[in-house]
Amino acid sequence: MDFIRTEHLSFYYEQEDEQQNTPIDVLRDVSLSVKKGEFLAVIGHNGSGKSTLSKHFNAILLPTGGKVFVEELDTSDEDRIYDVRRKVGLVLQNPDNQLVASIVEEDVAFGPENLGVAPEEIRRRVDEALKAVDMYEYRLHAPHKLSGGQKQRIAIAGILAMEPDCIVLDEPTAMLDPKGREEVISAVTKLNRERGITVVLITHNMDETTRCDRVVVMDKGRILTEGTPREVFSQVQLLRSHRLDVPQATELCSMLSACGVDFLQLPLDTEECVKVLSEVLL
Amino acid sequence: MMRDITLGQYYPSNGVLHRLDPRIKVLLLIGVIVLIFCTFNFYALGVVALLVAASVILSKVPVKLYLKSMKAIILVILITSLLNLFYGTGEPIFQWWIFKVTADGIKNSIYVAVRIISLVMVSSSLTFTTSPTDLTDALERLMKPLSVLKIKTHEIAMMMTIALRFVPTLLEETDKIMSAQKARGADMESGNLIRRIKALIPVLVPLFVSAFRRAYELAMAMECRCYQGGEGRTRMKQLHMSARDFVALGVLLVAVAGVVLCNIFL
Amino acid sequence: MSNPILRTESLSLVYGKGTPFEKQAVKNVSIEINRGEVIGVIGHTGSGKSTLMQMLNGLIKPTSGKVFLDGKDIHADKKSLRNVRFRVGLVFQYPENQLFEETVRRDIAFGPHNMGLPEEAIEKRVKSAAAFAGLKPELLDRSPFDLSGGEKRRAAIAGVIAMDPEVLILDEPTAGLDPMGREDLLSQIDAYHKSRNNTVLLVSHSMEDIAGIADRVLVMNHGECVMLDTTQNVFSKAAELEKIGLRIPQITKITSELRAKGVPLSEGILTVSEAFEEIRAILKKEGRL
Repeated sequence: MDFIRTEHLSFYYEQEDEQQNTPIDVLRDVSLSVKKGEFLAVIGHNGSGKSTLSKHFNAILLPTGGKVFVEELDTSDEDRIYDVRRKVGLVLQNPDNQLVASIVEEDVAFGPENLGVAPEEIRRRVDEALKAVDMYEYRLHAPHKLSGGQKQRIAIAGILAMEPDCIVLDEPTAMLDPKGREEVISAVTKLNRERGITVVLITHNMDETTRCDRVVVMDKGRILTEGTPREVFSQVQLLRSHRLDVPQATELCSMLSACGVDFLQLPLDTEECVKVLSEVLL
Repeated sequence: MMRDITLGQYYPSNGVLHRLDPRIKVLLLIGVIVLIFCTFNFYALGVVALLVAASVILSKVPVKLYLKSMKAIILVILITSLLNLFYGTGEPIFQWWIFKVTADGIKNSIYVAVRIISLVMVSSSLTFTTSPTDLTDALERLMKPLSVLKIKTHEIAMMMTIALRFVPTLLEETDKIMSAQKARGADMESGNLIRRIKALIPVLVPLFVSAFRRAYELAMAMECRCYQGGEGRTRMKQLHMSARDFVALGVLLVAVAGVVLCNIFL
Repeated sequence: MSNPILRTESLSLVYGKGTPFEKQAVKNVSIEINRGEVIGVIGHTGSGKSTLMQMLNGLIKPTSGKVFLDGKDIHADKKSLRNVRFRVGLVFQYPENQLFEETVRRDIAFGPHNMGLPEEAIEKRVKSAAAFAGLKPELLDRSPFDLSGGEKRRAAIAGVIAMDPEVLILDEPTAGLDPMGREDLLSQIDAYHKSRNNTVLLVSHSMEDIAGIADRVLVMNHGECVMLDTTQNVFSKAAELEKIGLRIPQITKITSELRAKGVPLSEGILTVSEAFEEIRAILKKEGRL
C-alpha cells in the first residue's frame, strides 16, 4: 500500500534577485511512492532536490505543481496540515537547531505537548521513545553536552513521541562523525524493523543505504534511477557519470567485470567482495 | 573555556529547598523580599535575618558558594553603608573634617548592609536550589493569570525556554568563531576602545548570521512537531503542592506575623 | 630529516586543573612533521586531535611541553605568536561559519590585511588563493552569504591560504560536503600542496580521503599520539586501529583479507585502482584474462 504518493510533483522558487526574477526549478515532475513499512533511501548531490522533496512529505513545503498525498490526505489541504505532520515526522540535518528544551526529556515531550496529549500519556510516550533510541539514561541531561549522534537520536525520539507512522530524515548524518552516523542509522533501522515504522532516509552517504529496501537516486530535480540497493549500485557507470559515490567493493568488481571477469552479482560490502574475489582468485 | 559557564547557578543536591514546588519558592522569595523592606527596627530585621539564615542552611548548598555570590557586590554594600554612615541626622558621636557619624547613621548603615546581604542570600538560595527550567516553568504558571490582561504569557515562557537552550550553544559558537578569526590574525586584545570594538565585527557578524540561521531552522523543527502556540497545549510535567510546600508557606506567614509584631510593639 | 618544520616536545594540555571537571585533553605528544609532507590526522571525536591542531599554531597554550616551528619555541616570545598563526594556517571545522565581510574578496583579504601587507600584494594573494581553493573569480565581488554551501567552504579556505602559510592545517575540510564536493575539494588541496610544496595536515574521519592523499598518518586516541607512520604502515594495522574504534579504508580491508587467504597482493593497498591493477596482473599471469 502506498503511504506517501507524489504525483507529478514540481517545485520552484523565485530567486530574490534585483535584476532578474527567474524561477529556479528544484523538483521537476517527480512521481514517487513510499510504501507502508518500507525503508526507503533517497540519495543525490547537494542541490539535487532531495531535501526539498523530503520537506514536501510533511507539508513544510507545498508543491507548486502536482500533488502530494499522505494516505488519503492532500498535503495542500490547509485544514489537515497537522494531521499530516502527526503521521509523517521530519528530522532535520543539524541536531543543534531542532532541540527546543534544555532538558532531554522535556524536549522529547514537546511534540506530544503540542498535540494536547494527556500528561500521563506524554510521560509514557517520552520514556518509550527515549528507550527506543537507547537514550533513556540521558533523559535528565542537557542536550548541548551530548555528542552529535546522541543529539540526533534525541531529535528522533522527539518525533517518535508523536507516534507517527513514518519518519523522514533529511540528511541526519551529514554533520556527524562515523560513530554518530552508525548510531543514528542503527536506531532508524531498528525502528523500521521492530516497529514497522516507515522510514525515508535522505543522505549522500551511499554506504548508509545498503540496509534499505529501496533506493531512489535524485539528480537535478528528477528521479535518475530507483531499485533495491543492489540494482542501483550495480549501475556503477551511471552513478559514476553523475559523480555519485559507489562503495569501493562494488567499484573494484565493476572495474574487473569490465575487463572480462564474470561475477554473478556485484558485491555491496567488504564481506561479499572478499567472498566473490576469493572465488575468482583462489 | 566559555562552554563551562552554566546558566544560573543551580547546585544539584537533595535539600529541602530543592524539593519544594518552584512556584512556592518564587512566591516565598517575593514574600521575603517584601519583608526585608518592611522591617523598621532591629528586632524585625533580626526575624528576617533568621529566616534568611534558615533558608541558606536548608538549601544544603556550601556556604562558600553564597559568599562567592556576595563577592561581586561587596563594593556596593560597602559604599552604600558608608554613605548611610555619614548621612545620619542628630548628635554626632564622632566628627572629623566634614564627616560626622551619628547614632542614627550607624543604625542606617547596619540596616542597609543587612538588607542587601539578605536580599542577595535569599535570591541566591532560589537560584541555587531551582534549575533554570523549573524556574521558567514556575514563572509561566504563575504568570498565567496575567493572560487575562492580554499578556502573552505562553510566548514569554517559550522565549525563556529557547533562550535557556541556546545560550550555551551560542557561547560555544562565539568561542569557536573567535578562535577562527584569531587564526587569521585578528587582534582582539590590544589597541584602544574603538579598535577593540571594531575588532569585534568579525566575531559579531558571523554570530548574528548563525543565530538567524538557527532561528529559521528551529522554527521549521517546531513546525514539524506541530507547534501551534499555547492554545490546546498540555504539559508533561505537572506541579503538585505537597505538605512541605504548605509548611514553607506557614513558616513565611509566621515570619510575617513576627515582623509585624516587632514593628508595632518593639 | 634533520630539520622538521614542526616539532612538539611532550605536549600536554589539562583543562580545569584542580577542579572536579579536570580533563586531560592532550597527553605527552612528541611528534616531528617534515617540510613538504601531507599528514593525515585521524582519531575519534574527543581524541584530542582538534585540540592538538590548535596547539600547533599557538591558539591553545599547552599546560606543559613545547611546540617548535622551524626550530623556534613558539611561546618563547609572546609578540611573535601572531606571526606564528600566519605561518601555520589553520582552517577550522565548518569554516564557512566565520565569513563576515561584505564581499568574498574582502573576506579572503582579512588574513593578509592583518599581516600588514601592501594593497597590491593583498590583491594578488586573494586572486591566487581563490584559484587554489577552486573559487570562480566572478564570485569574488559577491557577498559571501549569497554563495552556495560548497562555495562558502572554498571561500573560507581561501581566506587561510591567502596568508600563504608554510604549514596548512585543515580540520575536517570535507565535513558535510557531498561526494562530488568532497572529491573536488580534496583534489584542489592536493594540487595546492603540489604547487606550493608546503606542509599540509589534514584531519578527517574519512579513511578513504586520507588514504588518497596522505604521506603519513597520525593517529590520536584519548589525547595520546598512538601512531605516526606512513599511510601504508598505519592502514596495515587494521586490528590495532579497530581496537580503538577506527576503520581502515574498505579497499585496504578487502585486499588484506584476500592476502590473509593466500592471494599474493601487496600489503597496505590504499586505492581502488592499485587493487585493480594488482588483481588484473594476477589474473593475466594465470592466463585468465
